[in-house]
Amino acid sequence: MRSAPKKPIQWELNLLAFPALILVFIFAYVPMFGVVMAFQDYDYQLGFFGSPFVGFTNFEFLFTTGAIWKVTANTLFLNAVFILAGMAGSVVLALLMYELTNKKAIKTYQTILVFPNFMSWIIAAYMFYTFLNPRYGMLNQALTGLGLEPVKWYSDPSVWPVILTVTSLWKGVGMGSLLYYAVLMGIERDYFEAAAIDGATKWQTIKKITLPFLIPTMTILLILSVGGIVRADFGLFYFMPQDSKALYPVTDVIDTYVFRALRNMNEPGMAAAAGFLQSTVGFFLVLGANAFVRKIAPENSLF
Amino acid sequence: MITNRRTPVFLHLFFLVLCTLMLLPLLSVFTISVSDDVEIIKAGGYSLLPRGEWKWDAYNLIFKNPYQILQAYQVTLLVTVIGTAGSVLLVSGLAYTLSRRDYRRRKAVSFYLFFTMLFSGGLVPFYILVARVLDWRDSYFALIVPALINVWNVFVLRTNFQRIPGELIESAKMDGASEFRILFQIILPVATPAMATIALFTAFGYWNDWWLGLLFINKPDMNPLQLLLKNMLSNIEVVLARMNDMPQSLRAANLVPTEAIRMAMCLIAAGPMLLAFPFFQKYFVKGLTVGAVKG
Repeated sequence: MRSAPKKPIQWELNLLAFPALILVFIFAYVPMFGVVMAFQDYDYQLGFFGSPFVGFTNFEFLFTTGAIWKVTANTLFLNAVFILAGMAGSVVLALLMYELTNKKAIKTYQTILVFPNFMSWIIAAYMFYTFLNPRYGMLNQALTGLGLEPVKWYSDPSVWPVILTVTSLWKGVGMGSLLYYAVLMGIERDYFEAAAIDGATKWQTIKKITLPFLIPTMTILLILSVGGIVRADFGLFYFMPQDSKALYPVTDVIDTYVFRALRNMNEPGMAAAAGFLQSTVGFFLVLGANAFVRKIAPENSLF
Repeated sequence: MITNRRTPVFLHLFFLVLCTLMLLPLLSVFTISVSDDVEIIKAGGYSLLPRGEWKWDAYNLIFKNPYQILQAYQVTLLVTVIGTAGSVLLVSGLAYTLSRRDYRRRKAVSFYLFFTMLFSGGLVPFYILVARVLDWRDSYFALIVPALINVWNVFVLRTNFQRIPGELIESAKMDGASEFRILFQIILPVATPAMATIALFTAFGYWNDWWLGLLFINKPDMNPLQLLLKNMLSNIEVVLARMNDMPQSLRAANLVPTEAIRMAMCLIAAGPMLLAFPFFQKYFVKGLTVGAVKG
């Protein structure tokens, strides 16, 4: 390929790429210019070019009301928990799956573990509602059966960090483990044979051979998720707690806040300001995480 | 390693328990959908396994009054089919171009795409663009077009295409094949696992989408399935009010199996995906390769 003579104009290749590139421009780049709205008192009638500029008023409002601090703290804390729990769970499952030899069993387990990934958060909300419904739900039946007080799940914020983590794991851990399993499948068997001849224990083999193969994938996924740590999974936080106001102290995150500011409170300028902060912080976090990785292990960095 | 390796029993036990736990939420939804509301109330709540005989009343009622669910199915099906076909076509075209090491703008285009993974304008400008500037509220465009290009999919496909030996392309060119023919007749057939994976994920994305519906759809007749379900979760009356064929005796005696109908609708919506994805599963492990953004 490298020796192939370059055509002066690769119009066929350009043509194949063009429609997709235009769509990316419209739906990803055009909104980037829209961040100007964060500095406007945006009015739907006046539009993008007509609305008056108000400097940092939108931001001031966000910070002085304190709204942004609470939702940012919720977002960072819960996402950090999800990232760590998700990665640990996925890697452990992949390692265990790799120990299985029965092809049929592996396939069956994978099918079942992966199925929640294909359910939307709305469907998941239905499924977990059968456990959490305060009157008929199975959790409260179990609690009363054990002689304990039933919990009003949809109005008690204290239980939600756990519920959200469990549901997030339920939905994502299967697919996550499949990603790592795919990497493990690519390891040459020779390594293990050599290790076995040298009398390595199982734990040594995992530590010295298997895990190092997973590290590059883990690192790249981690860099990306650090950038995404300010970006909450809207469906999880909006549908699972069924938008219950009593739960906002724990379940309200930047994305649900922006959505409400836009749709319910009709404050597009303020919503845009919160979104702008979110994007900017996420951007610098990715750059930071990548720079850090490039320093300690350049071969694993994303770019 | 393969020789002399026997899986310890406890490992299977672990996976069996884990799989059961994963399935519990699905099982309980099914159980409620075939249970009697009266029985649920009498017994003091839902149960994991049906208490008595399976009752299909909820499904009967839904299928006797299928207008709403059919309407939603129609919207979702149309969006999924057109969206997936369009997306696979456009994404594979772009991925093929990027996979060609002799493509001159390869670096620039890769960066152009990659940057969108790092920074975004956020929800509000996007909303204004689609709802106000393009004015796509309550239209199929809003449900299809914004989700056509997934940059991650472009990179995954590109990496898969790059693994195809360059000689294949070279020899096709010698025979005078155009780039279009090379893509459609050589590259795509060779890259079936990757293509199947991408197509499946895109189809799932469209089928399960509530985001675009939530933002841009207000007309009840344009509700995709997921949005109908969402409205129903907060207010079952949305559905019941439009069931004309409901026996008055049921309504009067307050015997409408509300809980069962709710869960039956949930299964009817999730059903096609539950049935479809195991068939594509063999491609997953082969087709999913991350760490592929670098190029």
